[in-house]
Amino acid sequence: MSNIIDLSLSELVSNIKNKKLSSYDVTSEYVERSKKSKNLNTYIEETFDAALKKAKEFDTKPDLNKKLPGIPMAIKDLFCTKNVKTTASSKILNNFIPTYESTVTQNLWNDGAILLGKLNCDEFAMGSSNETSYFGNVISPIDKDLVPGGSSGGSASALAAKLTPATIGTDTGGSIRQPASFTGTVGLKPTYGSCSRYGIVAFASSLDQAGPMTRNVNDAALLLEVMSSFDNKDSTSVDFKRPMYSKDLSKDIKGKKIGIPKEYRVDGMSEEIEKLWENGKNYLKDCGAEIIDVSLPHTKFALPTYYIVAPAEASSNLARYDGVKYGFRTKGNNLIDMYEKTRSAGFGDEVKRRIMIGTYVLSSGYYDAYYLKAQKVRRLIKNDFNNIFQKVDAILTPSTPSSAFKIGDKSNDPVSMYLNDIFTVPVNLAGLPGISIPAGLDKKGYPLGLQIIGKSFDEQNILNIAYSMEDKINFKFNLKEWWIND
Amino acid sequence: MSIDLKTVKHISKLSRISLDEQKAQKLETDLNSIFKWIEQLNELKTENIEPLSSIAETKLRLRKDEIKSKNIREEILKNSPDDNKDFFVVPKVVE
Repeated sequence: MSNIIDLSLSELVSNIKNKKLSSYDVTSEYVERSKKSKNLNTYIEETFDAALKKAKEFDTKPDLNKKLPGIPMAIKDLFCTKNVKTTASSKILNNFIPTYESTVTQNLWNDGAILLGKLNCDEFAMGSSNETSYFGNVISPIDKDLVPGGSSGGSASALAAKLTPATIGTDTGGSIRQPASFTGTVGLKPTYGSCSRYGIVAFASSLDQAGPMTRNVNDAALLLEVMSSFDNKDSTSVDFKRPMYSKDLSKDIKGKKIGIPKEYRVDGMSEEIEKLWENGKNYLKDCGAEIIDVSLPHTKFALPTYYIVAPAEASSNLARYDGVKYGFRTKGNNLIDMYEKTRSAGFGDEVKRRIMIGTYVLSSGYYDAYYLKAQKVRRLIKNDFNNIFQKVDAILTPSTPSSAFKIGDKSNDPVSMYLNDIFTVPVNLAGLPGISIPAGLDKKGYPLGLQIIGKSFDEQNILNIAYSMEDKINFKFNLKEWWIND
Repeated sequence: MSIDLKTVKHISKLSRISLDEQKAQKLETDLNSIFKWIEQLNELKTENIEPLSSIAETKLRLRKDEIKSKNIREEILKNSPDDNKDFFVVPKVVE
């Protein structure tokens, strides 16, 4: 058998089910490797001892009917974990120990998974490069100068470096798909309402969704199956019959109509991305799918719309961090002074910037010009998708306009950082599912991803398309393990 | 429309985030470049468009108003920044 850490999530599950491996075998391998990989700065909180103990407990009485039997997993530190510190990578939550568990993580543990630790991310998931975390930059295992993407950068880096067999992230404007694309991994943002938001530190409530980040499409299908559930504790959770995504996974996409939106061919897009997209179309044709040119005319307005809607919601959501209930406080002369000093000391620059944008667009005199305007444009963007989904079953686009960039390259120019999410943000605004799969390498040898966007609750379809393409692409990417410290 | 330093300070007040002069000036630059970019939305005519506030567009579910968690006071108070086992303590607000 190959090394434990080289096995995919699905392979680990079948090895544990066949009793070829124990949960302890697997967990101890991942703990050892994670301990040697501190150079990547992926973990904020390690729960290695508890994980090893749980693995032993699992092995004494293994329930092999579980979908993730004794599988260790590190997760983004945006999910509240009962009695385990949850920071959202912010100083303001550095003392916060939740008294409850998020529904999505509870679903993982109910199906046999074991928490390895909490992974670094951009502060409150606000960022595209994992450079806004209070706990420092996450480093990409591809190169020590390279960002892993964001906001689920710790998740992407830990997954690509094989510090966890699979992981979960959250995606408000591309925070799963962009880092997946940057690290040569698979990332899926489900339809809004598929995975419960209960217990996830809120950023922009009408956009946030949790989703799987994995080494291959089959693993993403399996993990989504476990994560997705109807939940009364989330008022926007949707009660629909959830398919057995991994069981129903199929490579038969003959006759599927795939749209290619011309507006995604943006100014200054590199030839490499053009070629990647072209190759993607050809793979789909090889699988028997039909390629159709389509138009999403309001695409260019998606990012400015997002940068009104998301900060507006964030400014409301983050109002709760006032120095009273979440463990961190800076003393002040009076109540207001205490609020202002706590929030000034507790939030980082990008979070402050977004709270200020949000407060401004919601403030008296500017609400109609900005917030209401953005909500109207959001309707136009959603209508664009509704219109073309009359004609096509899914849409193929690049995941990002470029491969991963260097640390510090974009951190001084917010707008150029925001432009990174140009292909992912429209999907969140319309609440649709989207998956990024690794599709090639650029000249520098860095991974590039393709995105497949589906109709609402049509995850099975985009998984099937991704599964077929994965086979044709046959993506190979070997990392030099420069970061390992023995 | 440009955002001046006075407006930045007003927003910081509304946001309950104190700013020193240097940070306020940096934010003035940042916010102006962001809003200049956002202004492109004005190219679109949207008079007759219904605003979209939630993708779910379903009615919120109703439920009975019942207590589901019991005796979690102590647990919740653990996250209080000041040691006090009975209350969340804040600076004096009434003279």
